[in-house]
Amino acid sequence: MPDSTSDTLDLTGWTCPAPLRDQPRIVMGHGGGGTLSAELVQHVFAPAFGGEVLAQMGDAAALSLGGVRLAFSTDSFVVRPLFFPGGSIGDLAVNGTVNDLAMSGARAAYLSCGFILEEGVEMETVSRVAEALGAAARTAGVEVATGDTKVVEAGHGDGIYLNTAGIGLVPAGVDLRPQRVVPGDVVIVSGAIGVHGVAIMSVREGLEFGVEIVSDCAALGGLVETMLAVTPDLHVLRDPTRGGLAASLGEIAAASGTGVVVTERDVPVPPEVANACAVLGLDPFYVANEGKLVAFVPREHADAVLDAMRAHPLGQEARIIGEAVREHPGMVVARTGLGGTRVVDMPLGEQLPRIC
Amino acid sequence: MKYIDEFQDPALARRLLDEIHATVTRPWALMEVCGGQTHSIIRHGIDQLLPEQVELIHGPGCPVCVTPLEVIDKALEIASRPEVIFCSFGDMLRVPGTGRDLFQVRGEGGDVRVVYSPLDALRIAQQNPDRQVVFFGIGFETTAPPNAMTVHQARKLGIRNFSLLVSHVRVPPAIEAIMRSPSCRVQGFLAAGHVCTVMGMDEYPELAERHRVPIVVTGFEPLDILEGVRRTVAQLERGEHTVDNAYPRAVRAEGNPAARAMLEDVFEVTDRAWRGIGVIPDSGWRLSAKYREYDAESRFAVDGIRTCEPAECRSGEVLQGLLKPHECEVFGTRCTPRTPLGATMVSSEGACAAYYLYRRLDITPAAREASPVA
Repeated sequence: MPDSTSDTLDLTGWTCPAPLRDQPRIVMGHGGGGTLSAELVQHVFAPAFGGEVLAQMGDAAALSLGGVRLAFSTDSFVVRPLFFPGGSIGDLAVNGTVNDLAMSGARAAYLSCGFILEEGVEMETVSRVAEALGAAARTAGVEVATGDTKVVEAGHGDGIYLNTAGIGLVPAGVDLRPQRVVPGDVVIVSGAIGVHGVAIMSVREGLEFGVEIVSDCAALGGLVETMLAVTPDLHVLRDPTRGGLAASLGEIAAASGTGVVVTERDVPVPPEVANACAVLGLDPFYVANEGKLVAFVPREHADAVLDAMRAHPLGQEARIIGEAVREHPGMVVARTGLGGTRVVDMPLGEQLPRIC
Repeated sequence: MKYIDEFQDPALARRLLDEIHATVTRPWALMEVCGGQTHSIIRHGIDQLLPEQVELIHGPGCPVCVTPLEVIDKALEIASRPEVIFCSFGDMLRVPGTGRDLFQVRGEGGDVRVVYSPLDALRIAQQNPDRQVVFFGIGFETTAPPNAMTVHQARKLGIRNFSLLVSHVRVPPAIEAIMRSPSCRVQGFLAAGHVCTVMGMDEYPELAERHRVPIVVTGFEPLDILEGVRRTVAQLERGEHTVDNAYPRAVRAEGNPAARAMLEDVFEVTDRAWRGIGVIPDSGWRLSAKYREYDAESRFAVDGIRTCEPAECRSGEVLQGLLKPHECEVFGTRCTPRTPLGATMVSSEGACAAYYLYRRLDITPAAREASPVA
């Protein structure tokens, strides 16, 4: 082995979880919704902002203003391409924020919308995105109440970036938090996983998987209302976007201090997603969704909630995939199809296609 | 692709497992050579289902894991240059070189791009005639032919702003090196099916005979792996040591003659360093004299870079099957996928990462104490 003495690797303090000392600059993984994203928030943003509400670290903040319970959330959208099978950046901008609010039990009422446009982008493109955004808002039953536009110089943006923020009312008696999860809770997923991520990959990377894969982008407010009508006592909801099902389950396990067991064969993965993931060496558990939710439901309500979900167009393929358990607190474990087990870890940053 | 489900059928898997359990009468140590097989074994929990007497040793068959640190450092140096567009398969971007990785180079302004084929890199070279486009050509006999084809195309089309940073390795010399090692415990090999798809099987009979080990060409789905194990154990129990093809739907004895011809034209056999193991004679490829002008190491004058591994990392022993990942003192503490000290913890195919991601549940302090540290 070629050899030399190297003292450039400073290993002191390289214990997990590491501070950001080994990442002097932002890398793509900091936006991937996994461990790196969480560390950025934990080490940089949270200390700078402070505040009790932020410390909740939910997809939406739960607020109380004048005795009214509100959910408040914001999200930015930097997707390429702007239009993809099953949707566009405009649909994502509405549904992303609407769904973040829905996961706290709130029906989105009003959105803000910020457009950051790149010099040179065609007016027709801006118009199409705006129309898609408006149509998605009408479908979701939310009003775009305020907005802003900025233009950056050519080469400093991908055509269009969007930011939306939203507010909605949280119904009385609804308290959705991972801390409410207890062993015995049933884990339900509202439908097939991995579809959006594979749809985006197929058009972004020019990969052909033999069939067109259409994003599952949808607003989940109505589905959540349907579930809450069965029982307001749901424990936690998550919409497994960046980082996929694995990240959502991992966050809930970590925040609740319970273990989670999922049965792999019960997790609905469409063949086209499984095949695309097999080709690329990716795990469907980590692939993004945009129109799915995962719910932790008290066992006594699970069947009724499942029936109600299946009666809704966005929950027809809802399945029980696992449960919360006392064992291995904070850890998610999958029972494999062959009867073994494996740990389902939080994604670090972006999933990377494997060499072979 | 309908095949995938069929080769993961639990009922068929159970039958194969029952047969393995019924066949085995004493302890056997088998090595799966390929990282893809390691990943599949751990991901599906196959090792937990085999009889205790059947030990699977994870071999040095992950292309990311065995790429030497100094080659990574050369990649980082080249990728940092303003005139370069550095193209790579995705999983090389997170492999730590000395103090940073390709993601960080990208964060610092380097033009590093993930591609899905070396031909994508060639297309980028055509589209950017004023830039130098470098493709990171690593891997085994599986990835070498398309890389060879790309260099061949570049020469044919007169594309001069393309080059290859080559660190290709060959499986048979690695098996030879493992078998020659005095501490070798391997009694049978699951050979890498996809390598044999290209190279065929004619390199193996001599190895099997010389070292008296069964070599069973094996695929990657759970049933493929179980069938490979079943056939290897059956041979060992009968005292045989032949080469067997348990992956006939993909592997022909002669391999892929066109791919082999392309390899012979573009590459020549050379000694190659393997990360954590050292130099193995004749175990790699470099560009042949006819194509040497496409060699990125010479073009960017990085041949002089020399690096050593972090002393704490025992990935070399892991890659040779001398140490289980969790038997390493820094496993899961100072060495995690988040802060990898060696490539076996970086690549999802690496044995250490596979154990960390999928098997931490079973690796209790008691299990650590019970396991003999090599």
